[in-house]
Amino acid sequence: MSTHAGASPRGGLSLGLPDRVRDRMQDIASQLAAAGGLILVAILLTIASPYFLTSNNLFNIGVQVSIVAIIAVGQTLVILTGGIDLSVGAVAGLGGILGTMAIAKAGLPIAVGILIAVLAGAFIGFVNGVLVTQMKLPPFIATLGMLGVCSGLPFIVGGENAVYGLPSGFRLFGEGQIGPIPLPILYLIVIAVAGHVILKRTKLGRYAYAIGSNQEAARLSGIALNRYLIVIYMIPAALAGFGGMIAASLVHSGQPNYGNGLELNVIAACVIGGASLFGGVGTIGGTMIGAFLMAVITNGAVLLNITQYYQEVIIGVIIWLAVWWDQVRRRRLSAASEQMGRRKADGDGDGDDGGEPGGGARGGGSRAEPGSAHAS
Amino acid sequence: MENDTGTDGAVVQIRGVSKRFPGVQALEDVTLDIRPGEIHAVAGENGAGKSTLMKLLSQLERPSDGTIEIDGKRVRFRNPRYAQQLGIAMVHQEFALAPHLTVADNLALGREKTRAGLIVRGSQKQRARELLERVRLDIDPGRRVESLSVADRQRVEIAKALAVDAKVVIMDEPTATLTEHEIDDLFELIEELKSDGIAIFYISHRLEEVVRIADRVTVMRDGKVVETLDKGDFDESRLVSLMVGREIDNLYPKQESEIGDVILRVQGVTRPGILDDCSFEVHAGEILGFAGLIGAGRTELARAVFAADPIKEGTIELDGQELNLSSPSEAIAAGIGYLTEDRKGDGLAMQLSVEHNITLARIPGAGMWIDRRREREVAERRREELDIRTPSVRTPVEALSGGTQQKVVVARWLETDARVLFFDEPTRGIDVGAKAELFKLMGSLAADGRAIVLISSYLPELINMCDRIVVLRDGRTVGEMNRNEFDEERIMALASGVDREAA
Repeated sequence: MSTHAGASPRGGLSLGLPDRVRDRMQDIASQLAAAGGLILVAILLTIASPYFLTSNNLFNIGVQVSIVAIIAVGQTLVILTGGIDLSVGAVAGLGGILGTMAIAKAGLPIAVGILIAVLAGAFIGFVNGVLVTQMKLPPFIATLGMLGVCSGLPFIVGGENAVYGLPSGFRLFGEGQIGPIPLPILYLIVIAVAGHVILKRTKLGRYAYAIGSNQEAARLSGIALNRYLIVIYMIPAALAGFGGMIAASLVHSGQPNYGNGLELNVIAACVIGGASLFGGVGTIGGTMIGAFLMAVITNGAVLLNITQYYQEVIIGVIIWLAVWWDQVRRRRLSAASEQMGRRKADGDGDGDDGGEPGGGARGGGSRAEPGSAHAS
Repeated sequence: MENDTGTDGAVVQIRGVSKRFPGVQALEDVTLDIRPGEIHAVAGENGAGKSTLMKLLSQLERPSDGTIEIDGKRVRFRNPRYAQQLGIAMVHQEFALAPHLTVADNLALGREKTRAGLIVRGSQKQRARELLERVRLDIDPGRRVESLSVADRQRVEIAKALAVDAKVVIMDEPTATLTEHEIDDLFELIEELKSDGIAIFYISHRLEEVVRIADRVTVMRDGKVVETLDKGDFDESRLVSLMVGREIDNLYPKQESEIGDVILRVQGVTRPGILDDCSFEVHAGEILGFAGLIGAGRTELARAVFAADPIKEGTIELDGQELNLSSPSEAIAAGIGYLTEDRKGDGLAMQLSVEHNITLARIPGAGMWIDRRREREVAERRREELDIRTPSVRTPVEALSGGTQQKVVVARWLETDARVLFFDEPTRGIDVGAKAELFKLMGSLAADGRAIVLISSYLPELINMCDRIVVLRDGRTVGEMNRNEFDEERIMALASGVDREAA
């Protein structure tokens, strides 16, 4: 359904299609660049390497991307509210250490260890939420601090060494399969679908969009901002704890420095997928495309024997292109819709230039939105 | 429209200019001239093309067709800085000043005098002083812009235009945020600039101002020039009918309705430093006006009742029951609604669809789940009922006109079953036709037995639409009068406090 990503100019795509179909098309159009990039890279790699389009390789990509993509589902929610969570990488590392210690050192069942990692993450997310809503720290700062705290804690709790001595059953958690499909891919599918449903069908999701689009308007519409924001911050952190356990299972140990820099890939996935760091715009589908685009490039680089440094450069450039494209598209749409809005709604006016006269005097909760930043 | 094209001595000559955006003809064959030392107003509904025209003059956009000449020379289109070099300066509606920099720094911005790469502060300050003197602003150029009042900031903005030796100063809704008194001062200044030979290109919704100050008025509609009129050939009603293209018989369709019991009673509301012992009541079926100068506390009082801001003392009763509200969500549950003054700033989630904005305060569904089918029904029903002109309820509200956006906000509050509705400057930024429609809607809401509070800085609105008016000054409720006692001068006197001795 409608992501407000594509400000639909009236009439633009109508062609007499039902609303639903039209919205779907616009939804897809908003992710077209990333999706097009993904398809293009996939086609090129299919031509360049016979190995690329094999189920083995594709599952391999899926497993590799799963952790980033799972956490990115939660990150999308936070970014939608206009926030950001920089601590997810460190939380994944901490969650992995706590979970594996619970299993290896305390001898708790595997499921309990995983649960501990998830709950630890959720708690950290709760603290992030409290820092943002109660202490009014900017999300960037709140979670940057948390990144520091959670990077140090694994070493303080578990010492310098990795956690070994995990039961062999723990391997199954990350390496198991149902039929031909590796478990991490199934986890990802379940979480991504759940994330999508939350965004589109629940009040939590709707409020995430509303808060990111206009926080004060949301508050004045009676939305309990703080409560929802805290819950929203708990989601990526809990998923990071879960992702940390998948990573631990894949290497069969708890690595205290795991997750270092992971947050950047997570955020990049969201941004490439069309989420706006100013909030209010983004979808789970887009984020998944973003994550897979990065993973396919990494995979292709391995297949074609290109060193890791090139892929990092390529991904950096892709982030630029994705956001640039998004802004160009948005600017064009807003210029067009601004004009059409006026013309079509006969006899019915428009705040002449996007400027509300009162804005300057009051300076309430208003802030620049990328969508409305047409050339001025 | 082409009665006197090609006048010699015009400082700006716009000839046959058109501007197309994808799918839209924003301007069509516009021809007009601006002469030195004249105040040339442009009147037109929103969407008539006024702002596009301004953007062409200040070179934010380039025309699709036609030419613009300055001092008889055809100009090329580069960027706003180039337009400034040509002598076209713009005083923005929302001032384009850097609030954290000083006045002197702002005035020199982009034109800093440097020696060996370092800014020469002394000469900058001196220049700033000269410019401030020309706009009759007696302040220290070392002050930061953020510490200035709105009116003073505007003067700094005008000084900035003078700093580039502007021949034409474009003013976009310059009075929108000023008080009556400040408007008078501004007009004095405009007259002075005019006598210096500077042309003013004046854009305003407020027709009585246009009539008062303009030497010529160009009326635009649907991207075209309807007519350019000389002073003496126009008055408000003539302008309105030219702008709208039809006669609007009644700007203020006041509907008489049965006034019932008191719904909301507010007593002694106090917020230290902001509100002091404010009391008022509003009845079912009544439209109550809040009059007062900017900063008198009208918005603050509405927000306090709505629990958007905490109050220290005071009671709020609804239907005789005392309420103890601690958040807007509780106020909404109790049946109070507040339509904010600043639709974009704190009213609408601009990227969200019409539908989602309508249901934002009360989303149909059970528990955490949204019932999307019912949500759609609700939105469609309100769209029909309020005649919300949108191609689809899924259209993001940012694509809609101001009047339509306002209706979306109204729809949201109707959806909460609010019995008391505060309308804070509801007509700001919307056109004549849309205004009349909104007033009609307010009247029918009152007739349904709701209590309406209308906050407006524009007295004719209050006088024509309200059953009763409460006047605020300095955060206090200082007076009240019934419809039969309404008197513009008395309200102004109460609001400004000048008659304290006389009364």
